[in-house]
Amino acid sequence: MHLSLAHIHASLGGTRVIRDVTLAAHDSAFIGLIGPNGAGKTTLVRAIAALIAHEGTIELDGQAVAAMEPRARARAIAYLAQGAGSHWPLEVSRLVALGRLPHLAPFRSPAPEDEAAIARAMHLADVGKFRGRDVLTLSGGERARVLLARALAVEAPLLLVDEPVASLDPYHQLGIMEVLRTYASGGRTVIAVLHDLSLAARYCDRLVLLDNGVVKADGRPEDVLTPENLEAVYRIRAIIGGEGERFVLPLARTD
Amino acid sequence: MTRPLNTWLVNLALAVLTLALLAASVYVGRGGELLTEKFRTMSQIDRELAWLVLTEVRLPRALLGLLVGATLGLTGAGLQGLLRNPLAEPGLIGASSGAALGAVLVFYFGMAAGSAMLVPLGGIAGALAALATLYLLAGRNPSIVTIILAGVAISAFCGALTSLALNLSPSPYAALEIVFWMLGSLTDRSMAQVWFVLPFMFVGWLLVLSTARALDALSLGEDTAATLGFSRRSVTLRAIAGTGLAVGAAVSVTGVIGFVGLVVPHLLRALVGPRPAALLVPSALAGATLVLAADLLVRLPVNGPEPKLGVVTALIGAPFFLWLILKTRREHP
Repeated sequence: MHLSLAHIHASLGGTRVIRDVTLAAHDSAFIGLIGPNGAGKTTLVRAIAALIAHEGTIELDGQAVAAMEPRARARAIAYLAQGAGSHWPLEVSRLVALGRLPHLAPFRSPAPEDEAAIARAMHLADVGKFRGRDVLTLSGGERARVLLARALAVEAPLLLVDEPVASLDPYHQLGIMEVLRTYASGGRTVIAVLHDLSLAARYCDRLVLLDNGVVKADGRPEDVLTPENLEAVYRIRAIIGGEGERFVLPLARTD
Repeated sequence: MTRPLNTWLVNLALAVLTLALLAASVYVGRGGELLTEKFRTMSQIDRELAWLVLTEVRLPRALLGLLVGATLGLTGAGLQGLLRNPLAEPGLIGASSGAALGAVLVFYFGMAAGSAMLVPLGGIAGALAALATLYLLAGRNPSIVTIILAGVAISAFCGALTSLALNLSPSPYAALEIVFWMLGSLTDRSMAQVWFVLPFMFVGWLLVLSTARALDALSLGEDTAATLGFSRRSVTLRAIAGTGLAVGAAVSVTGVIGFVGLVVPHLLRALVGPRPAALLVPSALAGATLVLAADLLVRLPVNGPEPKLGVVTALIGAPFFLWLILKTRREHP
């Protein structure tokens, strides 16, 4: 899998939100997309998922994503929306199975390989025990894992997740981050929009720091999460923890 | 939540029930008697006439009950899935109000007596006009909110024009005809009308059924459905056009039969679970069952005018719906 973004511009309601973003990503990478509110993280992820129009080229293995046949694109790029949920009280196993829709031939029921993919996704996200439960009766943390399992079940080479750990307790945050890292280590690429800089620093191979629609820094977490970058982009002063047990503890605003 | 029953089992049971009610609809006459005394006497005197009554009077009535019921159930379930709202019903998009207006105009201009086909023709024309207006109002890539708002506006406008037609109606007789027609009924329909509406309904059903998997994907929101390979524009157009065609055709021959499209999917959710695709076929069968059963009910009074089908479905449907809401609120307070 090779993802390349060249000179991407995108607007929301006439306002330019993404300006001249150029990025490339290869197999087995867990990339954290970070930046303050309004930096354009969600817009960039939605542009990669072909959910919004953009200028410039976004290519997956040399093919423009916007021009791909929708089902082929759905098999190649899985997407977990920010604050995703279910409108109906679906049974958990049914909900996870929706991730196989891009793989199903018309008028065919799921094949053994689909069942196997669903089982793998449920195992990886550790939601097997909720299999028969109504998703709306689960707690926020459990539900987030079920919805992640749905995205994992696509088994797409590229997984985009928008704020997967927002409003979760530390236990569930660590759980989700571990799942994403495992998924990425299996030869696939994960791009996750993250607000928790400590989690981003500890789990991601690479961080892309967006500010006002522009890539401010791109590289290893220790090179991106510097006091200078935090002050310039986030307008905060923070304690940045050391080797191995990396963390970022915000202390004060600088403006 | 109780575990949903096997969908195929539910479908089979509903199909058997539908066929039984279809047969009953052909054989049950006034007063609820299976082939009334009068009918038996007549069939002894003139077998051909008796056969004619069964095939030309009762059969179209039964078949229309089946078709209209299936249409209302199917499109109700489809629309609730598309809009992700359990309060959606097929009348919401304005096609049925358009069909009603088209048919009423035929009565208003006194053309209904000319040919039995003019009323359904007017109805279909009205439904198509309403759909075209919806398309113009909601734009080429319609959002759910614009569709609902445009649908409500079209319904209100068609309703106002229908009232105006009543208001200015040339004779009290025409007004009465309009009012009775609008109450919704399956009596005195012909096989020609069945053949006339069938293609519209069939195309409509296929369009709605073609969105089944997309409706499942839409359970997780429009963005997720799009990233699962379903184009929002294509799904919306198919579901709305399918609903409009099928329901417009239904209303154009039977008038407005309320509550079936709203209530049936709720009933089925308790049996087969809430997944939209799994609801479509059972809802169609249950809709047919319900309309056929209600149409048997209206034949029960021996004397006096027959109650209109649309009145009966609303009379049963509304309290039932209320009970359903109260039950759901008790279970999920």
